Amino acid sequence: MRRLAAGTIGLALVVTGCGSSQETPQATGGGDAASAECQPYAAYGKHPNTKVTIYSPIRDKEADLFQENWKTFSECTGIKITYEGTGEFEAQIQVRVDGGNPPDLAFFPQPGLLARFAKAGKLKPAPPEVEKLTDEGWSPDWKKYGTVDGTFYAAPLGASVKSFVWYSPKMFQENGWQIPKTWNELMTLSDTIAAKGIKPWCAGIESGDATGWPATDWIEDVILRDLGPDGYDQWVEHKIPFNDPKVQAAVDKVGAILKNDKYVNGGYGPVKSIASTAFQEGGVPITEGKCAMHRQASFYANFWPEGTKVAEDGDVFAFYLPGNDTSSKPVLGAGEFVAAFTDRPEVKAMQQYLATADHANGRMKLGTYVSANKGVDLAGAQNPIDKLSMEILRDPQTVFRFDGSDLMPAAVGAGTFWKGMTAWINGKDTKTVLDDIEKSWPKS
Amino acid sequence: MTHASPTTSAAARVRARLSTRAASLVALLIAVLWTTPTFGLLLSSFRPKDEIKSTGWWTFFADPNLTLENYQEVLFGTSSSSGRLASFLINSIVITIPSVLLPLALASFAAYGLAWLNFRGRDWIYIGIFALQIVPLQMALVPLLSFFSEGVSVAGIQLLPAWELGDTGRFAQVWFAHTCFALPFAVFLLHNFMAELPHELMEAARVDGATHGQIIRRVVLPLVAPALATFAIFQFLWVWNDLLVGLIFAGGTAESAPMTVRLAQMAGTRGDEWQRLTSGAFVSVIIPLVVFLSMQRYFVRGLLAGGIKG
Repeated sequence: MRRLAAGTIGLALVVTGCGSSQETPQATGGGDAASAECQPYAAYGKHPNTKVTIYSPIRDKEADLFQENWKTFSECTGIKITYEGTGEFEAQIQVRVDGGNPPDLAFFPQPGLLARFAKAGKLKPAPPEVEKLTDEGWSPDWKKYGTVDGTFYAAPLGASVKSFVWYSPKMFQENGWQIPKTWNELMTLSDTIAAKGIKPWCAGIESGDATGWPATDWIEDVILRDLGPDGYDQWVEHKIPFNDPKVQAAVDKVGAILKNDKYVNGGYGPVKSIASTAFQEGGVPITEGKCAMHRQASFYANFWPEGTKVAEDGDVFAFYLPGNDTSSKPVLGAGEFVAAFTDRPEVKAMQQYLATADHANGRMKLGTYVSANKGVDLAGAQNPIDKLSMEILRDPQTVFRFDGSDLMPAAVGAGTFWKGMTAWINGKDTKTVLDDIEKSWPKS
Repeated sequence: MTHASPTTSAAARVRARLSTRAASLVALLIAVLWTTPTFGLLLSSFRPKDEIKSTGWWTFFADPNLTLENYQEVLFGTSSSSGRLASFLINSIVITIPSVLLPLALASFAAYGLAWLNFRGRDWIYIGIFALQIVPLQMALVPLLSFFSEGVSVAGIQLLPAWELGDTGRFAQVWFAHTCFALPFAVFLLHNFMAELPHELMEAARVDGATHGQIIRRVVLPLVAPALATFAIFQFLWVWNDLLVGLIFAGGTAESAPMTVRLAQMAGTRGDEWQRLTSGAFVSVIIPLVVFLSMQRYFVRGLLAGGIKG
């Protein structure tokens, strides 16, 4: 019992002692400390003994790099930054906001989720400085996703390009294959490769609870091409029903590749093996010469086996998934948006810093990173694929659209759409699948 | 209970049948089948990263290739978030020990009071506590979180202030939450044991002039030790393995997050570092395993005591 009593007293001590618990400030903002280094951060002012909490789905190595990058900012301004990355961001952020314990800033990977908090009045509108930086750095396509009901809330942070097809430059060169410029050329190339006895495509859509998402990206890419950006927006907003004949035609167009036993699944087996292959491993057969092409986002660069050189003259590289013709360049992508739940001066300063090209440049120097900010110095890109991604993102011809499943209601975008596509790969016909998804769209 | 003899003979028959050689063989087979995945995971945790990702653990036998790299990485990884399980292990211990002892202490007092003190409404209070067990933990998360971060206010009047805890102070939140969630079951379990103790013991102690405090310490607690141990083990395993409460009340920073939270983040933003989970799982299982093996005796006794009583 004595032990128990001691435990209880310990608790009491901790509880009462917390008010006075010390948080060592990183630096009290002394002017003499490395003033040259702090020069670029002078505009953000001094905020000694303040703290900003950040909540984000980015974790592990990438999170380390973010933290390393804003260390100088933190030391110069005196703002202590507490970063928390979680794999359960979507569910947790809701619990924390409902429980009255929101972070100061959150990196939202889904504009749809951001809009929900904005409509509930939980988010603070972005300060004018952040809006100015966004207008300067990003295209209106991007700004639109941080804007809800006419109010601008969140500046974009990182980005990834999803409209990429990975291939082996060596294999292409040896066989004299050309990188296709239109969808028709892509299909002709597929036939040429298939005639050589190599399966032209490989894919994998297994991803635990999220199995099916890589297939939804395929569909989105084709809808963006066939229905055009406006049609795509209408489809995402459910103004065009999910089982509309036009959508059905687009899905069948993907089916001509993914459900064609002559084309897939290089290195793994028949069509159905797509559903059981992990998305991280989907493109690996390219390095073994068993498959020629793999459609996946720019971040797939991290998944190649160790020692694979990612470059235009290396082992693997990616080309832009072509449009129907060369006149327009629709690009599907994703990214994070920095939204604020509080509006203390130090939070605004941090938000402003994150929206600058300086932040993106610094982050890029430390490791692979893509930003759609036009002010970013392309020479600083870590690898050729990051560079290509940024070139595509800032190309004035580019029409950027966000990954649709992140914009749809979660019941569809993170539920029936994934499941439907998995069933579709497993042999269900297009119409039944689309009818099922249409039925599951929340009515409100 | 009137048909006591046929039931005993039926039980005896079942028992006889279960102790034949064939039954033992079946049990052994089930045990092997049951353990195979765990064994595979253990073997995987010693294989090099590239092999874990490309081939199954059984290929080890054809091409043995062992490494401690995975353990090195998850325990002492150099980057601030890859691995470093060692420091999260400390957090887990700091969270778990008070979260076991606090409900144990409070529940022993409560159970004694409900079992041996006569006061009006005693049974209703007991039924109320018993009924609280059916409230799912998830329902209490958001109210409890706002209790910590905003305090309690009714009609605009602040009754309790917000806790305003720093990073490490979050431990207190987790202790508080775990204690709350454990109490109904703890009180129920200990009450059942304490109520079974013979009246004569209490009366004899009372005659000898013992106060309630002395009765609890000298008579009741030693007698219900198996029940205390049973609850302690249950609670320990529950708290150690808990992700939800830890994630919400301790947060995900290195100052206060338990190991389960770290394990959940360890596979990387896109799940491409999942090979770390093999060794991470075994690091996290070591301490519960030690606790279970060293207290197994009490555990079995506690279960049996419960079984015979009913």
